[in-house]
Amino acid sequence: MFVHYAQLGLLSLRRNPLLTALMIMSIAFGVAASMVTYAVFRAVSGDPIPQKSAHLFAPQVDNWGPQYNRKGEPASAMTYTDAMALMHAHKAKRQTVLFQVLMSVMPTQGSGLPFKSAGYATYGDFFSMFDVPFQYGQGWNAQDDDNRAAVAVISRDLNQKLFGGANSVGREIELEEQTYRIVGVTEHWDPKPRFFDMFNGNAYTDASEVYIPFTHAIDLKMDTGGNNSCSGVGNRGVGWDGWIRGECVWISPWVELDSKADADEYLQFLHAYAQEQQRAGRFSWAPNVRLRDVNAWLEFQHAVPPESRLSLTVALGFFVICLVNTIGLLLAKFMRRAPEIGIRRALGASRADIYRQFLAEAGMVGLAGGVLGLFLTGLGMAGAGMVFEPQIARLAHLDMSLVALTLLVAIGATVLAAFYPTWRAAQVQPAWQLKSN
Amino acid sequence: MDILPILSTLRRHKITALLVILEIALTCAIVCNAVFLVSQRLERIHMVSGVAEHELLEVELANIGPKADDSARTAEDLAALRQIPGVTSVASVNQLPFANSSNNSGIKIDRKQNKSSLNATTYYGENIADTFGLQLVAGRFLKADDYVDIDTAKKAFVAGDAKGLPKNTVITLAMAERLWPGQQALGKQIYMGNDLPLTVVGVIKNLVRPSIWDDATAQYSMLVPIQVSDGVYAIRTAPQERDRVLKAALEKLKQANPHRVVLQKRTWDEIREKFFQNDRAMTGLLVGVCVALLVVTALGIVGLGSFWVAQRRRQIGVRRALGATRGNILHYFQTENFLLATIGIVLGMALAYGVNLFLMVHYELPRLPVMYLPLGAVVLWLIGQVAVLGPAMRAAAVPPVVATRSV
Repeated sequence: MFVHYAQLGLLSLRRNPLLTALMIMSIAFGVAASMVTYAVFRAVSGDPIPQKSAHLFAPQVDNWGPQYNRKGEPASAMTYTDAMALMHAHKAKRQTVLFQVLMSVMPTQGSGLPFKSAGYATYGDFFSMFDVPFQYGQGWNAQDDDNRAAVAVISRDLNQKLFGGANSVGREIELEEQTYRIVGVTEHWDPKPRFFDMFNGNAYTDASEVYIPFTHAIDLKMDTGGNNSCSGVGNRGVGWDGWIRGECVWISPWVELDSKADADEYLQFLHAYAQEQQRAGRFSWAPNVRLRDVNAWLEFQHAVPPESRLSLTVALGFFVICLVNTIGLLLAKFMRRAPEIGIRRALGASRADIYRQFLAEAGMVGLAGGVLGLFLTGLGMAGAGMVFEPQIARLAHLDMSLVALTLLVAIGATVLAAFYPTWRAAQVQPAWQLKSN
Repeated sequence: MDILPILSTLRRHKITALLVILEIALTCAIVCNAVFLVSQRLERIHMVSGVAEHELLEVELANIGPKADDSARTAEDLAALRQIPGVTSVASVNQLPFANSSNNSGIKIDRKQNKSSLNATTYYGENIADTFGLQLVAGRFLKADDYVDIDTAKKAFVAGDAKGLPKNTVITLAMAERLWPGQQALGKQIYMGNDLPLTVVGVIKNLVRPSIWDDATAQYSMLVPIQVSDGVYAIRTAPQERDRVLKAALEKLKQANPHRVVLQKRTWDEIREKFFQNDRAMTGLLVGVCVALLVVTALGIVGLGSFWVAQRRRQIGVRRALGATRGNILHYFQTENFLLATIGIVLGMALAYGVNLFLMVHYELPRLPVMYLPLGAVVLWLIGQVAVLGPAMRAAAVPPVVATRSV
């Protein structure tokens, strides 16, 4: 029977073509606007590392004090002094610290020009902590960190550019006129937002291409390719040594902790560390430390751009208006058929039958709106780059789940909107209609 | 026109009338706020920069490998750039307005102050005022003998040697007003960062910061007489010469030292465009949604109006037969729509304030100016009238003879 009603509904779309077209367009526009903005929102508000986000933590230690910190919150990165203290304490299961490096890469063969590649100076634990997938080889080990070895991990893209995609493990790469031995080539790996480097505003930038040991970068007196913040503490100091011994923050620390108990214990450790610094006279304030897991960290760093949230709100408001419009138009469409309803009722159809018929018809309207909406969503995705930053717009894509969601929302919303008009249709008195015809 | 009969008719079509009212109210609320958001963004996009906008070029280079003897190389680069025909001025600077990455410092007006009075962007680089095209309102610009090399200055600062330190500064009018409201800033002392004393020798009208956290402090910038060799070059030339000069500049710089990577080569117009990309995008989106909303609302009124007219054909016929003119029928539907729109607009204004309060809490927006409400009202009244015109004309065309049929 449902199929029959659905067919009737489809046929009825052709009646009052103006009203029907208005309804379908209204639903399609509403659903498309909501879906495009939702796709972008979903892309930026997602969990970049769902399998581990509860076990990875960003420690913070306030080294600026109440006078210079940001509304009581410790800085979003660490000084070299504090970062090294955390690494040496080795209190977590795994730990790493990292900073962004920007290095010129010498092409291996031919006459290509040198180019800049962005990446990170970090510890070997980085790769296991963040589940970095490898195409060839693997990350370097703790021994390489301790030996301050000149080794490097490169990305699949860089490997393609330099070695044509061949297994380059064991080969050499020249970065900033220094030779490194390649130990691993990562698969394409680019979590969005890039939670581990929010400090540099790199949440949505291009994938990083190269990784080198932090210890080696320090030996080379490498400068950060990312942000460096000295707050009110003053300038960078004199030379590289003055800088790393000072109170400027530029290093992002991460630790992996398995349980709540471990996290509590680690927070205790941070507290004790800050207390020790206070006793030593470096901090003239009470310990002010934080330990946030990935999701709390992203929330704290405002990973979701306000534009994305605002446009989603606006689009949903638009959708609501489209639905109100649909209620009115459906009411008009259904009530025009009062005589037909009267005849059906007189011939023995129950109210429930009328309900079923008209809800099925509304479903068909919704389906048509959804299909047109899908088309508009596709168009909108292509045009999203004009509204959102290209880096963010790129993340939004029309996948199966979004297609299903678009159709489902269109049909569901239309059927919901049809409840009142259908109820009115079912209230039609057969006697009244028959009398006047 | 008699309103009472309209009202009593509407009472018999409560839900349909309510739907029209609801749609107009929601549209009013969203459109008022959206237009307000658009005006906010537009204001931001047109922020004054203080520089010669269409005459500036930026080239940024990075050395490959360790740096050596930067200041001598920078002097060579600058000399080479000056030789390019059409170049009026060049400077090696630490940053450009709206270029996003910035160098800032806390500023005190009293050495003993605990907290900084404000945070300002510190622009370094000899010849920067001339190249940027800054406008002086009082005092003088920094002169060649004010300038010290950055490495000399750092060493002097650590050694506590006053001789190698910069002594003078030029600040923006906005900064002067904030530090010494209503007073003459010339000759006053400020303390930068770790207590570096500087005397204000000039005040410039505007100079915007490279990155802006708060629009109210966007103009807090100062020029500090420090020579830098960061590989960031600002080049000034006539607007129509920009493309040619940029090409020539890259060529010259490559000749001077081929062992470098070009990080940035663009006109300052491009910098500005990129800086406000998000604002422009949001403006486009909001304008699009507004237009779509108004169209949807208008179409909804057309649809419901047609339905209503069709439903009341017989009554219209009776009225016509009883002596009502076409004009009477037309006016009836127009007045009805006006009444519904008015109720919708009143509701919509309350709703608009509600939405605005929500935005104020979540997006740090200012309060909606009252003038948006009458504006929104007029727009919705107009749209309502235009939309109802078609159905109303169809109603007016109903012949009186309808009354005699099928009763």
